[in-house]
Amino acid sequence: MKKNNLPLSTDKGTHKTNAPLNRRSFLGYAGVSVVTSALILSGCKDDEGNIGLPDTGVNLGSGDTGILNYAYALEQLEAAFYTQVIQTKYSGMTAAEEQLLTDLRDHEVAHRDFFKAALGASAIPDLEVDFSAINFSNRTSVLGTAKTFEDLGVSAYNGAGKLLTDANLLLIAGKIVSVEARHAAAIRSLINPNSADFSGDDVVDAATGLDVQRMPGDVLMLASPFIKTKINANNLPTT
Amino acid sequence: MNILRIIQDIEKTDPEVYERLNSRRSLFSSLSSFSTKAAIAAVPIALGSMFKKAYGQSASGVLDVLNFALTLEYLEDEFYKNGLASPTAIPADLRTVFTQIGKHETAHVNFLITAISGAGGTPVTKPTFDFTAGGAFADVFTNPMTFMAVAQAFEDTGVRAYKGQAGNLISSNEVLTAALQIHSVEARHAAEVRRLRGQKGWITGNSRGDMPAATQAVYNGEDNVMQGGIMDVKTVTTAPLSAVTEGFDEPLTKDEVLAIASLFIVS
Repeated sequence: MKKNNLPLSTDKGTHKTNAPLNRRSFLGYAGVSVVTSALILSGCKDDEGNIGLPDTGVNLGSGDTGILNYAYALEQLEAAFYTQVIQTKYSGMTAAEEQLLTDLRDHEVAHRDFFKAALGASAIPDLEVDFSAINFSNRTSVLGTAKTFEDLGVSAYNGAGKLLTDANLLLIAGKIVSVEARHAAAIRSLINPNSADFSGDDVVDAATGLDVQRMPGDVLMLASPFIKTKINANNLPTT
Repeated sequence: MNILRIIQDIEKTDPEVYERLNSRRSLFSSLSSFSTKAAIAAVPIALGSMFKKAYGQSASGVLDVLNFALTLEYLEDEFYKNGLASPTAIPADLRTVFTQIGKHETAHVNFLITAISGAGGTPVTKPTFDFTAGGAFADVFTNPMTFMAVAQAFEDTGVRAYKGQAGNLISSNEVLTAALQIHSVEARHAAEVRRLRGQKGWITGNSRGDMPAATQAVYNGEDNVMQGGIMDVKTVTTAPLSAVTEGFDEPLTKDEVLAIASLFIVS
């Protein structure tokens, strides 16, 4: 893998970033402004999406930056999960399954590293995960968890799109969510091949054909059993 | 989706939304007592009414996007209807899969028609399709290999089409959300069809894999690694280049999508 000297490049060995420059360059280019964030926050007093989540811990921040950190948190979770899946393969993992799960690991690592670099100095720290409920030697446990994470990721990006103010960032979120949806379908078809489950009625409303969408508070609540680090999402935009 | 929440959200950026909605106010209030199912069913008409009553002509850009989406959904819906009606297009063990896909495309057509009509717009009429693309896919409804290849082209195109329109909906939160919710369903379909064909569920580089050369336009540009215009993702990650291209699906412009779709549209 080549390494270049662009301002946005990072040290892959240690994952240190040229943080201040990164953030200014990327988010500056993307048009995130303090004024926009302030306007959004002023309209968010009835923050019903985040009830029940801690107001201490790692603060995701506000505005578009907060949403990127929210996505970064979810991608950290997914990348850590698939890294473990490949490190401790479940018994009976076929070559095709290993290839697929390796692809998923690499996609999530790419997503995670992208958000870290894009956020620069604003990036939240590395989260500590809690996979104690997952039996990594068991196919059903691993694929069931993968299904949960992928469907959750799809619903998270679907719900967060409207919270972004910058069209460039919305487009990037769109580029990622469809990949998460591809993952979800693939995992679901591994569990139950040649069925309707790849886009089952449990996630896609049968009457409207619309996939699940969730607000950040709901997503983080569902993800919280798998994340030891407390996450404070109270400053995220809600509209 | 919660209709009351939609209005509350709009009120935050437009304090006069209730005045704009005027007589609609009682309708939205009454929705709070509906069951979730009924509320969901009311979404497209409510979206449409809101734009028509509250914002008049400013909805025209949104209507353009919705009608563009409707054209693509007509294409997919009729394609799967024809496939399911043919005794030889779909292997028996895959009928469940394609029935599910077809069900969603029909739902998308109905959802979009209702939303457009509700907004005071006119849903585009369904084009006349030629799924053989002038003979290029002559056995599309008699040969499962051809049928599934065309299905993959439609689904991968659909994903890119919705993605390309997201920016045009950024000021219309609830329409944007609905579009994203359709977009991810198209991506689920795409992955399933690709995998049934023995392909990866995701697109590597700009490769069309084993697809006919005529479909290359569906995959052009998917090898992009530059995000936000300035960040070369392969320089910030340990993931291999293939994963960097697979991990980010790329958009198509409306014109690019219509150029692809026009191969299948007679009039």
